[in-house]
Amino acid sequence: MRRLAPLVLGAMLAVFASAWAVEPSEMLKDAALEARARTIGQALRCVVCQNQSIDDSSAEVAHDMRRAVRERLTAGDSDDQVFAYMVARYGDYVLLKPPFKMSTLVLWLGGPLLLIVAGSALLVAAHRRRQQSPTSPQPLTAEERQRLDALLKP
Amino acid sequence: MSRRLLFLLPLMTLALMAGFFAWSLLVGRDPAAIGSVMVGRPAPRLDLPALAPGEPPLSDAMLRTGKPVLVNFFASWCAPCLAEHPLFMRLKEREGATIIGVAWKNKRDDATQWLKRLGDPFRTAGLDLEGKTGLDWGLSGVPETYAIDGNGIVRLHFRGPITERDLNESLLPFLKGAK
Repeated sequence: MRRLAPLVLGAMLAVFASAWAVEPSEMLKDAALEARARTIGQALRCVVCQNQSIDDSSAEVAHDMRRAVRERLTAGDSDDQVFAYMVARYGDYVLLKPPFKMSTLVLWLGGPLLLIVAGSALLVAAHRRRQQSPTSPQPLTAEERQRLDALLKP
Repeated sequence: MSRRLLFLLPLMTLALMAGFFAWSLLVGRDPAAIGSVMVGRPAPRLDLPALAPGEPPLSDAMLRTGKPVLVNFFASWCAPCLAEHPLFMRLKEREGATIIGVAWKNKRDDATQWLKRLGDPFRTAGLDLEGKTGLDWGLSGVPETYAIDGNGIVRLHFRGPITERDLNESLLPFLKGAK
């Protein structure tokens, strides 16, 4: 029974994960088109629910957007054309993955840049420490030799 | 010397973050704001049946009359619409503004009754039962209001109910300034 627990949990998670807001009545009969619509729907952001995709949201607008995606696909649009259609109406806000442009430069490059800066700072620091504490001991000075001799004298 | 600087680094980071948060709070930055891509562009297509049976349908020509036009998306089931309604009555009666209404995802009878009960601020109103026109206009919900100049260019886009402040600071100056 114990051993079954992870399996049961896994199955439950799988059920939750596939709990889309996409209603059966919205789905396209063409399985290939519907699959494309799902991929697009998961990358489009519902405009009234912050950080949910339109496929996850049961908001009115999300429903309209799902329908529009399917209408565009049925009309023969490419995936990019469907994204362009949404961006023309709602701006970059609808894209869950923000595009790479001037205004998002910090967002895209900030992380890697910070990593490079911090990494090279660490390397430089490590390099300096190694130089400052050489492994080979320095020879004693004359004064030190005298003190040592005095200490070791029986 | 550099060791002391190293100890200050976390403090400096904290100060930087605190500064950013304080700025966000004070400036009133809203990360949830959708913004609008419509402002500065020609108004999207308007092609809707009239709310009142027998009236001519809404068309693009109504947005290009040489005079500014306000387009207000509303619904009888929408509480914020109720809140902003008196301001539209005032705009119509005192300022003589031309306002076009669009009942969004609203039953014809419900919207008609709502306007009959509260007063009708609209020159004419259309019915967008399925929300298709709303999508073309980049609508996120109701109420939303667009101010369109005489050439059919969208100049203002309000998401949510308009307030007294919006009226005084944006809408009235727009109506006075637009040709």
